[in-house]
Amino acid sequence: MTSYLELSYLDLALAALLLVFNAGLSLALGLRLEGRMLLAAVRMVVQLLLVGLVLQALFAQVSLWLTALVALIMALFAGREILARQERRLAGWWGYGIGSATMLLAGLVVTILALNGPLRPDPWYDPRYAIPLFGMILGNAMTGISLGLDNLTVLAHRDRAGIEAQLLLGASRWRALRPVARRALRTAFTPMLNSMAAAGVVFLPGMMTGQILAGVAPEQAVKYQILVLFLIAGATGLGVLAAVMASVWRLTDSRHRLRLDRLT
Amino acid sequence: MPNHPVLTVEGLQRPNPQAGLGPLSFHIDAGECLALTGPSGAGKTLLLRALADLDPSSGMVRVGGRERNGVPAPEWRRLVAYVPAEAGWWHDVVGPHMPAQATVKEIIGALGFPDPVAVLAWPLTRLSSGERQRLALARGLLGEARVLLLDEPTSALDNESRGLVEDLLLARLAAGAAILLVSHDQAQMGRLARRRLHMRQGELVTPP
Repeated sequence: MTSYLELSYLDLALAALLLVFNAGLSLALGLRLEGRMLLAAVRMVVQLLLVGLVLQALFAQVSLWLTALVALIMALFAGREILARQERRLAGWWGYGIGSATMLLAGLVVTILALNGPLRPDPWYDPRYAIPLFGMILGNAMTGISLGLDNLTVLAHRDRAGIEAQLLLGASRWRALRPVARRALRTAFTPMLNSMAAAGVVFLPGMMTGQILAGVAPEQAVKYQILVLFLIAGATGLGVLAAVMASVWRLTDSRHRLRLDRLT
Repeated sequence: MPNHPVLTVEGLQRPNPQAGLGPLSFHIDAGECLALTGPSGAGKTLLLRALADLDPSSGMVRVGGRERNGVPAPEWRRLVAYVPAEAGWWHDVVGPHMPAQATVKEIIGALGFPDPVAVLAWPLTRLSSGERQRLALARGLLGEARVLLLDEPTSALDNESRGLVEDLLLARLAAGAAILLVSHDQAQMGRLARRRLHMRQGELVTPP
């Protein structure tokens, strides 16, 4: 016997009626969103059903290499998302490469630490734990990294005169870009800090809610949620710092010049 | 003063389809001000930026006996001070923009600010364009640069302030500095410069 209420496809169809109500609202008010709503809903259902099948197959294998391959694919998709959210990007493969590499670095370091520290499944790379954990960490760190990179490149472009004025006084590239990098880092950390400050008061985090619905005792679900929020904070910090520093390096050269020509 | 080149430029080139430069060769002697003229878009600012090593370029640029590529870039920019037409700022008040030099109050005072200590605490938002221009020039003159690259240094100034700036520049020339001056003020070029270089489409040409 399961300790949670099983859902049938009929239950999901009933819930989908809420979307039909939204589409009706869009038609009545002339918002012209009904087509996009339908498309987004279909995409969401198909993507999640496919992911369900993939996870089921993955969990049955318990292979280190398969788990690592899935993690790599997730990080590559995250890199694409980071790129899409930037107004000014580093030209060529750099924009995509820095986003994907720093996501992979931060996600892997923190996930491996969690799997060998507080969680300790057997084996440690058991995909039932590794993949959901990596996915949650990746999704949240991605928001921070994309915000950080977007801010850095936009501010470097806008504050070019101030940066070059410092270079002209003999400042190194790291010194001259410090005010801009600092602002980019602050912006990147804001969503993570807000979500920690508001967790449990303004909203109940999704993972904790999911575990409670699945029959886990609230006390355990809360502990898992706290662990995940700390992991997200660690990965965001590591990923954002690495991404911003790597971008500052690429936005300048060894002669301490600001290279805005390397932006698209 | 003996005539020996402080700034020597040979085959300076910036290959760029939109904003190319050169190859250019010239020199400026100790105590000499060389005026750089030419229509807008001729490449005057590009040349100053290349000399200050703010943009990549090839060719030989030497100050005294030191070649650009043999000197770390931050040190090079202290030898070759470039004051752009529109200077940049990165702090809310004036003070942090000034290098920590004993002569800071002296130079700000010489540029027509009666209370230099108060000026250092001024917020940037209260500065007029003329005050900004004089303070940017003060910042550029604070170091021990042997070459000054000045892009329209008095374009926003009244006659009195312009005179103060020119007095300071003449004092630097007397001390052996070399100046490359971009200006559209013919009278000023006549007062400061004995030689002129004319640019058109990134090349040095014979003045019209």
